[in-house]
Amino acid sequence: MSGMNWLMLSPVKPELFLVVVGLVLLMLGALRGQSSVGFILSAVLASFVVGAGFLLLSDAGIPLDTLGGMIAADGFSVWMRLLILGGLFISTLLLVGWLKENQVFKFEIPLLYLLSGVGMLFMVSATNLLSLYVSLELSSLCLYVLAAINRDNLKSTESGLKYFILGALSSGLLLFGISLVYGFTATLSYAEIGAILSQMTLPAGAMVGMVFILAGLVFKISAVPFHMWTPDVYEGAPTPVTALFAIVPKVAAFGLIIRLLTGPFASLHEQASQIIVFVALASSVLGAFAGLVQNNFKRLIAYSSIANMGYALLGLLSGTPEGVASVVLYLTIYMIMTAGLFAVLMGVKREGHNIESISDFAGLVKKCPVKAYCMTGLLFSMSGLPPLAGFFAKLFVFQSAVAGGYFVVAVIGVLASVVASYYYLRVIKVMLFDAPLGDFDKDCCASRKAVMIGAVAFILIFTLVPNYLLDQAQVAAGTLFP
Amino acid sequence: MTEFPILSLMTFLPLIGAALMLLMKGQGESVLFRSKMVALLVSGLTFILSLVMLLNFDPASTDYQFEEKKIWFESIGISYHMGVDGISLFFVVLSAFLTPICVLASWNSVSLRVKEYLAAFLLLETFMIGTFCALDAILFYLFFEGVLIPMFIIIGVWGGPRRVYSAFKFFLYTLLGSVLMLVALLTMIVQAGTADIPTLMGTDFAPELQTWLWLAFFASFAVKMPMWPVHTWLPDAHVEAPTAGSVILAGVLLKMGGYGFLRFSLPMLPDATEFFAPMVFGLSVIAIIYTSLIALIQTDMKKMIAYSSVAHMGFVTLGIFTLNMQGIQGAVFQMISHGVVSAALFLAIGVVYDRLHTRDIGRYGNLSKNMPIYATVFVILMLGAVGLPGTSGFVGEFLALLGVFKVDTTVATLAASGVVLGAAYMLHLTRKLVFGPKVNEDAAEMSDLTTVEKAYFLPLVVLVLWLGIAPGYVLERTVPAIESVLSRYEVQVETIPAAVPDEGQAEGQIIVEDPAPQSHDSEGEE
Repeated sequence: MSGMNWLMLSPVKPELFLVVVGLVLLMLGALRGQSSVGFILSAVLASFVVGAGFLLLSDAGIPLDTLGGMIAADGFSVWMRLLILGGLFISTLLLVGWLKENQVFKFEIPLLYLLSGVGMLFMVSATNLLSLYVSLELSSLCLYVLAAINRDNLKSTESGLKYFILGALSSGLLLFGISLVYGFTATLSYAEIGAILSQMTLPAGAMVGMVFILAGLVFKISAVPFHMWTPDVYEGAPTPVTALFAIVPKVAAFGLIIRLLTGPFASLHEQASQIIVFVALASSVLGAFAGLVQNNFKRLIAYSSIANMGYALLGLLSGTPEGVASVVLYLTIYMIMTAGLFAVLMGVKREGHNIESISDFAGLVKKCPVKAYCMTGLLFSMSGLPPLAGFFAKLFVFQSAVAGGYFVVAVIGVLASVVASYYYLRVIKVMLFDAPLGDFDKDCCASRKAVMIGAVAFILIFTLVPNYLLDQAQVAAGTLFP
Repeated sequence: MTEFPILSLMTFLPLIGAALMLLMKGQGESVLFRSKMVALLVSGLTFILSLVMLLNFDPASTDYQFEEKKIWFESIGISYHMGVDGISLFFVVLSAFLTPICVLASWNSVSLRVKEYLAAFLLLETFMIGTFCALDAILFYLFFEGVLIPMFIIIGVWGGPRRVYSAFKFFLYTLLGSVLMLVALLTMIVQAGTADIPTLMGTDFAPELQTWLWLAFFASFAVKMPMWPVHTWLPDAHVEAPTAGSVILAGVLLKMGGYGFLRFSLPMLPDATEFFAPMVFGLSVIAIIYTSLIALIQTDMKKMIAYSSVAHMGFVTLGIFTLNMQGIQGAVFQMISHGVVSAALFLAIGVVYDRLHTRDIGRYGNLSKNMPIYATVFVILMLGAVGLPGTSGFVGEFLALLGVFKVDTTVATLAASGVVLGAAYMLHLTRKLVFGPKVNEDAAEMSDLTTVEKAYFLPLVVLVLWLGIAPGYVLERTVPAIESVLSRYEVQVETIPAAVPDEGQAEGQIIVEDPAPQSHDSEGEE
């Protein structure tokens, strides 16, 4: 009997492990106080590695429904969970130096990372609207707290509150959508919804339900028209937390969207495409134009992420495994590039304070050439210039959009990317062409440097050996299309 | 030739050199010297390799030579496919030839972050050679666009006072055109199931689709050429770029547009090409006359040469869209010749700029007195730019005009007036700079060419004269490649013989068989 249960739970080994570790560390932190931050940080980092190890050792490829069909541990979920764990690991690495330098000894921060991570891991495996909602809320609640963790800072609390209120609104939309879908199909399971919707003529209520569900999820990936929170939250939250926001939750929310559109709403592809076209184009165009006037680096990254989510959504238009694979690849590359950007951003300081205004980066190349050139490479990659990895990310999503016959959409998308390239270039211009305004501090945080060098090495080397990631993305996408 | 990957070696050798230089620590005198030596050595070695390639090139073969092919992205049919034919061959050599000259030209004139500067040039060389060698559409795009990164930095960091504006204008203009080409490439790849250029050349695209694809390619190549009215980035970029940057810009980057037309638009989209040829003719004629007139009133030497480049590129686009052998041969030759002549002219301007730090024509005069060797070099280059028989400029313009004459006499007549205008502004420049009255003391005290300067002007001048006297070496090698480009047009050409006057056709055939003597004859007549 107990053997049976273990078999049933084996696909969620990483999540269970992380939950147990999280609870133990929480106890430890509560008992030992703030002096345990260092240990907890390393334990959290280690647990991400172990979690990834569980995933790598598990039998991928066999779609396995578990917990009563609440989640599926198929190839897609394995790869997305690996991405999420990787993103969590990187963002925790970025946290290490920041905690030390700012003398913040709050053991809750790494633990909140871990618990929101558990939520995200469940998100990409959810195959039931109930598990979808619960996992989404688990991760979101942790993120609301993280945004406001710097509670003596006005901007931080403001960003936490904004994130929470708008997040609650989007949860409301999501729940309303779920209840509509439930009302018309009488089930919450993805598989059953899919079967029912493909058989009968489409009830308008289920259609409206899908729109509401998508709206709730579009909020999570910060795409237009539910993007308003992004710049404020990015700017207000402490920088490592912003890095977390920019890197991980989007991957998880995208996983949800992909699973919904290829599973229960697969038969509504035509209707969903209209929404995606609007959201994708609006995001990429707004992200491109609104970013032009930003002078705060974190706000710039916020608009850049809005635009990037727009491009990534283009990959979903064709509704083919190749399209989904292109999105997965896009997210992978985007995640690594963004992590690299944050590593540089957090490493550039003047008189002990982090610099956030773009104009303060003037002349960085004279004082810290390595950082300036790394940032240059990352920004060129972000703007989609070959032969860097960012180009291939865009290449594949646009290819799948073109293959789906969305020529005009692709043209508008690439034109938006040209506009967006202007603000990346502006940062490069400030760093490389302008005269320095003052001295920069020496950065001696090894973990941050490792993230930076790793990200730059990745964008440079991807051209040479692209096939591993590409194959993984294709395998992952393939399991969604039986 | 399949066993030795000479093209990959040429492409990536500079990249390795650049990486090597960036790894060198420090900014001391010895590091600077070592980085200069590395740059010279690497680019020199690449040039030697390109000569080896040139000598081993089989002029009679119609196939791509020195081919290399490896699977790269299997899922959407992208491969690493390199190879050269008679059209790309000389552009590869030109790129490899100009880079060491750029290194030499920057030997003493650049003092700010020399290591990065030279590394940027080596990186640029990788992308340039790669562009001309690529036989896969995405690989081509990769190199074609990659050029923007080092060029943006070169203009922005080492440029003149308005460098930031120029760098942005250059970058955004070019990128805007190129992304449209990317969508077109993706469309073609989706239709054909492969990104292999030779396969794409054999694919028939629906005529209506061809129109859109052609326009998308045109957006990219017309900006790169640059054609009127999207040429405005060029004068800015030229004026602000450092000398060596202008040399590469004029010498090689402008050729990518024409090469792109010959590699993509013409062979892959024949119907659309014929449909749009009159439009290109119109734009080219406007470019030739309009920009020549603008060049006439310039007081900035670099700007003058920049506008003259636009005019010269007008002849190239005219020649390409004649869709006959002489026209295209002329276009290719004109590109090579312009690559040498305009590069050399920018170097010549760089020489006096280094001494007086101004590009204002009015500040110079009577340089033949104190700089006799410089004056000689300048006059030879000027004659090459004007297109005097016996210099390289003549062959290209003559053949291109001949090709145009067969298609449309009005256009040919209008374009020929550009030759006269060209002579007017170049002679004006020469009169002021080299011969005019002494205008200022500093100019009269400038010293003549140094040894390094002589070292890089010598091969350029020799090349200008050699290409003018014996153009057969180049022309003969381009014939098979151009024939295969035109092979898709012959069917249509034969069905509408009335459009071409009989005499013109007969005259043309003589040129096809042996172009070189023809140009000699005309030289005699002059």
